Amino acid sequence: MSAETLARWQFGITTVYHFLFVPITIALSMLVAVLQTLWYRSGEEKFLRLTKFFGKVFLINFAMGVVTGIVQEFQFGLNWSEYSRFVGDIFGAPLAMEALLAFFLESVFLGVWVFGWDRLPKKLHLMSIWLGSIGTLLSAIFILAANSFMQNPAGSFYNEATGRAEMTDLLQVLVNPVNLVTFPHVIAGAYVTAGGIIVGISGWWLAKLAKAGDADAETKSAWHWSTRFGAWVLIIAGAAVIITGDLQGKVVTAEQPIKMAAAEGLCNTESAAGFSLILVGSSCEGVAEGQSITALTIPGLFSILGSENYDVNAVMYGINNLNEQYTKEGFSNVQLQKDTAGSLVKDVASYNAANADAPFDFAPSIPVSFWTFRTMIALGGLAIIVGIWVLIATNKGKDPKGGSLWTAAMIATPLMALFANSFGWIFAEMGRQPFVVYGVLPTMSANSPGVSAIEVGLTMVLFTVIYGALAVVEVGLQLHFIKQGLPEVTEPVVLTDDDAPVSFAY
Amino acid sequence: MFALEVAAPAVGLQILWVILIAVLWIGYLVLEGFDYGVAMLIPFLGKNDKEKRVMVNTIGPVWDGNEVWLLTAGGATFAAFPAWYATLFSGAYLPLFLILVGLIIRGVSFEYRSKHPETKWRNTFDWMAAIGSFIVPLVFGIAFANFIMGLPVALATGDMNTPVLLQPAAEHLFVLTPAPYFLQLFINGYGFGVLGGIVLVVAFLFHGAIYLTLKTRPGELHDRARKFAQTIGLVAIVGGAVYLIWQNLMFPAEAALTEAALGVNLAPALQLAGWIMTVVAAVALIAAWWFVGHGREGIAFISTSVAILSVAVITFLTMVPGLGFVDAAGDRTTAPLNLLNASSSQTTLVLMTIVAVIFVPIVLAYTAWSYWVFRQRLGVENMPDEVALAS
Repeated sequence: MSAETLARWQFGITTVYHFLFVPITIALSMLVAVLQTLWYRSGEEKFLRLTKFFGKVFLINFAMGVVTGIVQEFQFGLNWSEYSRFVGDIFGAPLAMEALLAFFLESVFLGVWVFGWDRLPKKLHLMSIWLGSIGTLLSAIFILAANSFMQNPAGSFYNEATGRAEMTDLLQVLVNPVNLVTFPHVIAGAYVTAGGIIVGISGWWLAKLAKAGDADAETKSAWHWSTRFGAWVLIIAGAAVIITGDLQGKVVTAEQPIKMAAAEGLCNTESAAGFSLILVGSSCEGVAEGQSITALTIPGLFSILGSENYDVNAVMYGINNLNEQYTKEGFSNVQLQKDTAGSLVKDVASYNAANADAPFDFAPSIPVSFWTFRTMIALGGLAIIVGIWVLIATNKGKDPKGGSLWTAAMIATPLMALFANSFGWIFAEMGRQPFVVYGVLPTMSANSPGVSAIEVGLTMVLFTVIYGALAVVEVGLQLHFIKQGLPEVTEPVVLTDDDAPVSFAY
Repeated sequence: MFALEVAAPAVGLQILWVILIAVLWIGYLVLEGFDYGVAMLIPFLGKNDKEKRVMVNTIGPVWDGNEVWLLTAGGATFAAFPAWYATLFSGAYLPLFLILVGLIIRGVSFEYRSKHPETKWRNTFDWMAAIGSFIVPLVFGIAFANFIMGLPVALATGDMNTPVLLQPAAEHLFVLTPAPYFLQLFINGYGFGVLGGIVLVVAFLFHGAIYLTLKTRPGELHDRARKFAQTIGLVAIVGGAVYLIWQNLMFPAEAALTEAALGVNLAPALQLAGWIMTVVAAVALIAAWWFVGHGREGIAFISTSVAILSVAVITFLTMVPGLGFVDAAGDRTTAPLNLLNASSSQTTLVLMTIVAVIFVPIVLAYTAWSYWVFRQRLGVENMPDEVALAS
């Protein structure tokens, strides 16, 4: 494999892995803050117990998110040095701002929160989890602005003299139309995940205690409350995911039509284009007008979802037509694309002359786009359905009946929600191919020229081994604490005696 | 609204940003330096689990915030000097990978060691914390010594990569040469790089041991930390002196390079500053050694901090004209990259300056507050028997 292919694999492995912890961190930190606020307001012990329990679930994930996040910031330079040089003038700014505005906030205040139970008055301690949590949210704004730039390089132009992209307007970078829909979609997805985790653990415990019968009533009532709380979070966030996903579909159709065409397996431009359930071909090459590589098609649905006014007759562009258009004209959505369109067209022409049998393909992999898109929708949808089921099963103080389907649903829900996030990102990033900066810089031009395939391959294998070992440890710990259940708690008091044991220490 | 057209003197903002990056590095080295030191010492100074826990808890609330200084330094380099970031990070590929591994294994160790009561589990994570905390300063020390000597770079050439689309790399991107540049880091300059790595590890051991004396209550652990500090302090003084004198004599700032990069011959001033900082570092290390032996832990800690700061200042002053790079032949008098051609556009620098001016003081304020919250010294009597059962 080439260094570029290996570098892509390395980025994919480390990023998908990192993003298992990110949604949990973002949403669970805020939900723990909500639980602690409920305790602060009401003084009810169950909220303190839930705060401590889910606080620990959150921290185990946060640790992993932190250490795998460092790799993220470094690997742009490690494996993608030409990318870093080419767009650093724009892309570096949100990364630096993320570190300065978000990472400090979350690291310092979460440190204060973890160790500060008996060091700070209740109110200040509560403030620390809120500030830490706001840090995670700020971090998402900046990193998604950076990602949105890669999808739709707004707010920049090409500077001939320096041979790179440069910023014209930071505000345009931050409020990139792609970011405006991506940010709420990603955050809503994070809450589906955290809601799914709360539902899964609480629902599992609730059914277990209900079956045992003689359970301590207070513990059971706490799990009952958190089961419903998690289900509500899951359903409300699920609704937000659907609404923002619909908006995002329209923005992507406008900014990256060939990505959506790949997701729908649409080879040729059609009005009243359909949404298919099954893909039967893997390439649009030689697929003539009137032919299709999909099956089980719901007519008109792609047009409805892809157009701004839900127009069933809207024209959706097909991969073959778009390939032809881009080969001739390049891209022209934003200034940077316009500035580089001429040289892109020229380069593609000479590339095609040299590779007559495999001309430059502007479309991402069709099977990957098609299936990741559907897997995301299916997993997220199933998680939401479980949420509704849980709400019904626990309505009016009822206990769920349990059983193997219930247990399976409780185990599967957090995982389905989590992997829906992963598949969504794989779709978004694989769908951006063959470009690293959409319509401007092909991925094959962006990796580090001085780094050999051996180096990339070696570090990729080692990262994978380390990450795999850490996964075993983290899942083991997670299960260990889930099985322990809600901790007994004592009211935290601010220590005045220097000789007394602290209430919390590592 | 953010599209500012400001006609600032070109080099002014670049100099401001290189100073800011140096400040971020100093924050990282001074702050995380002690938590590397403490973590390296866990398996050696902690004689039982409670003592080890005291050690972990002296750094527990702050280590993660300390590490953000490094991330911010990286982010600031990316934003302000993309060409520097690109060449440095890809050039130092394997060393940076080792640093990442070190950071990963130590980071999870602090969080996970106490989550399970088994001795084997805890020992494993204590060693991971210690080894990770050893790797990182070792590699950074080697790297910085090599920046002082100058890493040879050349423009990326077409044949390094298959000829591809839109490849301005060949005209603009510098890469270390010859690639892979790895063994050279250890052997160049008769092992000056390796000495740099050892000196940084020793300095952090000294800094961390002093921090332990400052943060632990009177008791066996406290005494052990003080004794260790007195011993390692002597090694730090001797090792630091050899390293700095070697640097000043063999790798001084070059007149031609400063003239080319900054327009003026700053070499005599930089060389003088190098010797002054060497004296400051030596005095500070000796003071730290004397004060920690006499129970003045606060002043001792400030002293090691000053020593680390002054070495960081010399390092940056020496490497700034060429950003730690020299031409492909290794000639220290010419460097293809400099503050101007590696930097971001004026627009980006102005924006980032505004962001930094507003937020750096805020970050400093709440970081200082968090240190104040955890100002209490810890002893084994403060460790609850129940371990971390509550978050």
